[in-house]
Amino acid sequence: MTISTTIDRPAARFRQIRVERLVRRLLQIALVVLALLFLTAFLIVPLVAVFYEALRDGVGAYLESLQEPDAWAAIKLTLLVASIAVPLNLMFGVVASWAIAKFEFVGKSVLTTLIDLPFAVSPVISGLIYVLLFGLHGWFGPWLIEHNIQIIFAVPGIVLATMFVTFPFVARELIPLMAAQGTEEEQAAISLGASGWKTFWLVTLPNIKWGLLYGVILCNARAMGEFGAVSVVSGHIRGQTNTMPLHVEVLYNEYNFVAAFAVGSLLALLALVTLAAKSFIEWNQRRSRTSHETITGEGQ
Amino acid sequence: MLNIIQIPRRLRKYSVLPGFGLSLGYALLYLGLIVLLPLSAIVTRTAQLSWEQFWATVTDDRVVASYRLTFGASLAAALLNAVFGLLVAWVIVRYRFPGRKLVDAMVDLPFALPTAVAGIALTTLYARNGWIGQWLEPLGIKVAYTPLGIIVALTFIGLPFVVRTVQPVLEDMSREVEEAAASLGARPWQTFRRVILPELLPAVLTGFTLAFARALGEYGSVVFISGNMPMRTEITPLLIITKLEQYQYSEATAIAVVMLAASFVLLLVINLLQRWLSVRSGQSA
Repeated sequence: MTISTTIDRPAARFRQIRVERLVRRLLQIALVVLALLFLTAFLIVPLVAVFYEALRDGVGAYLESLQEPDAWAAIKLTLLVASIAVPLNLMFGVVASWAIAKFEFVGKSVLTTLIDLPFAVSPVISGLIYVLLFGLHGWFGPWLIEHNIQIIFAVPGIVLATMFVTFPFVARELIPLMAAQGTEEEQAAISLGASGWKTFWLVTLPNIKWGLLYGVILCNARAMGEFGAVSVVSGHIRGQTNTMPLHVEVLYNEYNFVAAFAVGSLLALLALVTLAAKSFIEWNQRRSRTSHETITGEGQ
Repeated sequence: MLNIIQIPRRLRKYSVLPGFGLSLGYALLYLGLIVLLPLSAIVTRTAQLSWEQFWATVTDDRVVASYRLTFGASLAAALLNAVFGLLVAWVIVRYRFPGRKLVDAMVDLPFALPTAVAGIALTTLYARNGWIGQWLEPLGIKVAYTPLGIIVALTFIGLPFVVRTVQPVLEDMSREVEEAAASLGARPWQTFRRVILPELLPAVLTGFTLAFARALGEYGSVVFISGNMPMRTEITPLLIITKLEQYQYSEATAIAVVMLAASFVLLLVINLLQRWLSVRSGQSA
């Protein structure tokens, strides 16, 4: 019906376009407001609440609850666990992506799926499997007791569970990145007489450094913040096997809310630093990609 | 001897790059020790149970109630995330407003914030005297220590998934088809339903399934807000821990097997969806 009317009555059509534009604009504003309301309620308010509750009784009480010996022990244990689990998974990630991204072999996609497996497993089950392996009634339980080695309800168990949970982070960042970069640069280096090590350090590593850092940051955030898996294997011994998230739980269940949120605020700060670093790396990658595109564009 | 050298050659393409055997060997060893060996413990442990024992454990009333709650709340949270995740992705990609970059960065907060911290923060907010709870209380809506609270926690946890799967697809989507639809007289809602939504469907479904899978196994953020009452607000992961604390290892393992089976089915679905997604985006490129 519209074609004839549009031609016949340009003024009416013009008004109609203006109304439509106004409707579109109002719809836009409504959608933005709705999205922001949702994000505020689910993201911003909880984050603000952490710091508000931590500082509820003033800065003095906040700092005091952080200096408590058990809180210190939890902070130290968390740092210790991350400093073991993250480098080990980093090394695995680099080595596994070298094999997967730079070579063609049978069973490659199966291997890639298996590496992602820990992400599909509930944290609670990630802890449970180590209890079944090393616990009192586990596979190696009797042998461990005989040799007086404790893994479950001790630091080694916490490290193992953390390693399992953070296992895929570095590898899954690197595999697609290294696969996309191909092997031409490495082949050139090798054919010019560089050793394998030298090729890796001077050719591959500079190419993957940002992706590597990205994976390490995410891996570290999860390693320090993991709760479920660690909760199963830790045994909750105050001052000994409580990581920061577990200490938060203990304090919260004792109705010591200010202290719980004080320790929690450190973890929230870690999360904010992680997000900032992540955004920086993404911004940096995008910038280098566009500058690369301009250079090649000028070449043509 | 000759055979040993020839077999690996046939299983992989020749490459001048060194270190294949060493890197693959190390990767397999580490994967085996850290992931596969521990996971296999679950299977062997369950094999010690007779079929009747296993079935009785996993169909116990309290266990079934926990499945119903876990699956129901995860589904509700994933649906909420599908709707709002699509909205957030749309707003971030298509509109320009102050603070857009900050919003974009903050979407990943649930990935970065430890679940225990999220749990205590949400519980405090939605408690009867909390910032949000005090407004809901007069309306007769109780969130903390009810199934609704579990949905809130799981929505928080799954929030980034749909946004992050839809966002790149939306960025690559050409606006020409939409403009064509609009110039042919389609209303905004019609354009959205007939043109945009079909294009985004694989991404939304992938994000939905990822959020659902994550919610099923979630523990840290839920235990604080749920109240943990057996039969009413007890999720399956918590039930596994309760059984463990009572030294009922076999029962805990049997329930874990059911959870693992659900996770693996979802993993398969996610893989299929992602293949669909990449085929779709490959066509449009």
